[in-house]
Amino acid sequence: MDETLKKAVEEICQARGNDAGAMMDIVRQVQARFRGVSEEAIDLIAAQCHVPRVDVAGVVSFYAFLSTASKGQVVIRLCDDVIDRMYGAVAIAEAFSHELGIEMGQTTPDGKITLEWAPCMGLSDQAPAALVNDVPVTHLSTDKARHLIQSLRRYMDPSRLVERLGDGNNAHELVGAMVMNNVRKVGPVIFAPLGPGEAMKKALAMSPAEVIRDVKTARLRGRGGAGFPTGIKWEFTRAAAGSKKYVLCNADEGEPGTFKDRVILTEQPDLLAEGMAIAGYAIGADEGILYLRAEYAYLRRFLEQVLQRRREAGLLGKDVCGKKGFNFDIRIQMGAGAYICGEETSLISSCEGTRGDPKNRPPFPAQKGYRGCPTVVNNVETFCCAARVLEKGAGWFAQLGSPGSAGTKLLSISGDCLRPGVYEVEFGIKLTEVLRMAGGQEAQAVVVGGPSGQIVSAADFERPICYDHLATGGSLMIFGPQRDVLEIVEHFLDFFIEESCGYCTPCRVGNVLMKERVARIRSGKGELADLGYLERLGQTIKTASRCGLGQTSPNPMLSTLRKFRSAYDSRLVQQAGPFQSAFDIQAALAQAKEVQGRASVLFSGERHHR
Amino acid sequence: MPGEKANPKAPANVTAGKKPAKAAGVQKKAASAAAPKTQPLEMVQPAAAAAKPKPKIATVSMAGCFGCHMSLLDIDERILKLVELVEFNKSPIDDIKVFTSRCAIGLLEGGCCTDENVHNLQEFRKHCDILVSVGDCATMGGVPAMRNMITLKECLDEAYQNGPTVYNPKNLMPNDPEIPLILDRVYPCHEVVKIDYLLPGCPPSADTLYAAITALLFGEPLKLPYELIKYD
Repeated sequence: MDETLKKAVEEICQARGNDAGAMMDIVRQVQARFRGVSEEAIDLIAAQCHVPRVDVAGVVSFYAFLSTASKGQVVIRLCDDVIDRMYGAVAIAEAFSHELGIEMGQTTPDGKITLEWAPCMGLSDQAPAALVNDVPVTHLSTDKARHLIQSLRRYMDPSRLVERLGDGNNAHELVGAMVMNNVRKVGPVIFAPLGPGEAMKKALAMSPAEVIRDVKTARLRGRGGAGFPTGIKWEFTRAAAGSKKYVLCNADEGEPGTFKDRVILTEQPDLLAEGMAIAGYAIGADEGILYLRAEYAYLRRFLEQVLQRRREAGLLGKDVCGKKGFNFDIRIQMGAGAYICGEETSLISSCEGTRGDPKNRPPFPAQKGYRGCPTVVNNVETFCCAARVLEKGAGWFAQLGSPGSAGTKLLSISGDCLRPGVYEVEFGIKLTEVLRMAGGQEAQAVVVGGPSGQIVSAADFERPICYDHLATGGSLMIFGPQRDVLEIVEHFLDFFIEESCGYCTPCRVGNVLMKERVARIRSGKGELADLGYLERLGQTIKTASRCGLGQTSPNPMLSTLRKFRSAYDSRLVQQAGPFQSAFDIQAALAQAKEVQGRASVLFSGERHHR
Repeated sequence: MPGEKANPKAPANVTAGKKPAKAAGVQKKAASAAAPKTQPLEMVQPAAAAAKPKPKIATVSMAGCFGCHMSLLDIDERILKLVELVEFNKSPIDDIKVFTSRCAIGLLEGGCCTDENVHNLQEFRKHCDILVSVGDCATMGGVPAMRNMITLKECLDEAYQNGPTVYNPKNLMPNDPEIPLILDRVYPCHEVVKIDYLLPGCPPSADTLYAAITALLFGEPLKLPYELIKYD
């Protein structure tokens, strides 16, 4: 038994009271210290926290940022988002591989540098991007990739890779990132200035019921994608039995192509904190948790300082804003790289220190959420909107936007356009108008709402962006006429296969079947019947999956089957015979030929297809 | 995969792409190149069977265990009725090795493990109007497909060279040209040729098989009671 490891694990666990509920922090820290959570470390943690070994092993195997194998001192995670791919991520991967002499997914023999792919890290507007440990590196090129490796080889210090700081708080001493905010359009809700405690003071002058009434009157709906009315969610949670309640902020912005929460966290963290405190007041909670995705770890120290400053100003902690008896504080819970944790019940699982598996609903988090207590889970942007509703009034907010969708929406725009970045627009804006602002008028296709949303064609560009038409949690990816729609679909399916938690069969197996069939069509071996198969399979996966991931993963395929039918039709085998076009006997026999050293007697040549 | 041709509206658990009543007609569409027009099955009634040529059935066991064929034999005395209704062509039942005429129905047991299986299956597709994948090996690969996670080289190595019970001092590998070549993995039938119906079960019981065959012969919707399609 490695004594150093034993001692360190004991210390780390004891510092958290040997509480299995803090498993995420424990394993993250062990990972950081030993560059991996070895089988031995898993045993030690399990013994220390008095939980079965499998509970710890399950967590370690679930999250992308954790590993049993020891990783390099520096881990380079190259973003594998579809946008990054369009802008040359594969060439950059080759440059890294060549320079380091290892493949993606490997570690250099000296144990110094690990190279791997990672899903969208919220930097699509400055793609291609990579995370080097916690340090985001943007606008990569093959040249820069080579320089990056040379610098790492020399100094082994990722922070030296930042040569010029980004705009706004990205240049803050506690952030120090080369990330750009790229805020292209400032609106009245999210990016307007806010004096300290202005929204909270107004809220605390009212009763909690009145606060909820205002949020309902403002017709505020969730900004994360599902669009559930926020006031009703708060009301349910307030009404739920239990003295201990929680406010959870979902900052696990994982939907590919979304990065607006990163900009809010960088520029408007106070507005977010006010919104969370107001929610706490409304539902009767004294604890808030900001679940921050591991990719945004570079913002952590800055956010901690914001929270500390607010505590010192009496805006968090005991008797907040002088309101006797209202105590509310916020802590940050780090994620460890899992798309599914953006789903609220998975996020709760993750906060509880387990695998980020979704939970069955009902009971809804409003009744039984974090640690079995009534819990409100809202998106970063939703809390900001709520704070603004209380500051400016429900009527003011409700008159913004369109009848069914009040307020403004942050759009994260990336892809084939001149001005990628974050836009705060009023709901109801037409997609053409958005494309004009972003300089993406030539778009062939727009992915609205990320891979779990839909892919629309020019026929839909006149439709408005709102909950009832083109709904989006913020992601808008623009694809020009030179792009292959089926390649995008296949890439999204790869993403869902990777991110499926594997709990339910329709999602775990179905996504693989969908991807195989789309790939078959792309390779020119698909037949007309395959389209019907895809349609049926997609509907089955949507209907039978347990959580939002499988319920939405067929969307890119299903929406393109309708809107980009010719992309499929034009690749189909024209004269389908009685045999399956996709079955290739020579490929199926290749291994046998190699092992046995002879060709098939029955299928000697190319004559097998008649 | 079982969902390959699954149709929730299918009359019963012969998971079918099309309704049985239309089978002969639709079959032409699905496999037009191999299916010249034959006598419609609906015309064959038991009374008329003596006068008219009987529809022909072919069967084959590929990567299976012959269990589905045993199940077919399990129809007991109904086999006499079946023989009145149909004539067997290529089949282990009468030991006819090659197709001597076009068949109405081909019953497939087992998936494709070797090039010979593929050849056999393609012959069936060429010579039969309707192909039915019978049993779990034909529909999903079944037990033989358990090797699909292992490379062929590893399989052969374990079987003939380095397995714990292997005695093979000359390190020989069976390699006579008579022996079929093994495919990279076991394929369910519908991945190799187009299949009209899938009949699950391991094996499908005699009653299930009999009900399915007679329904096909008379062009009737297949009604399988719950007991016949319950497999747990």
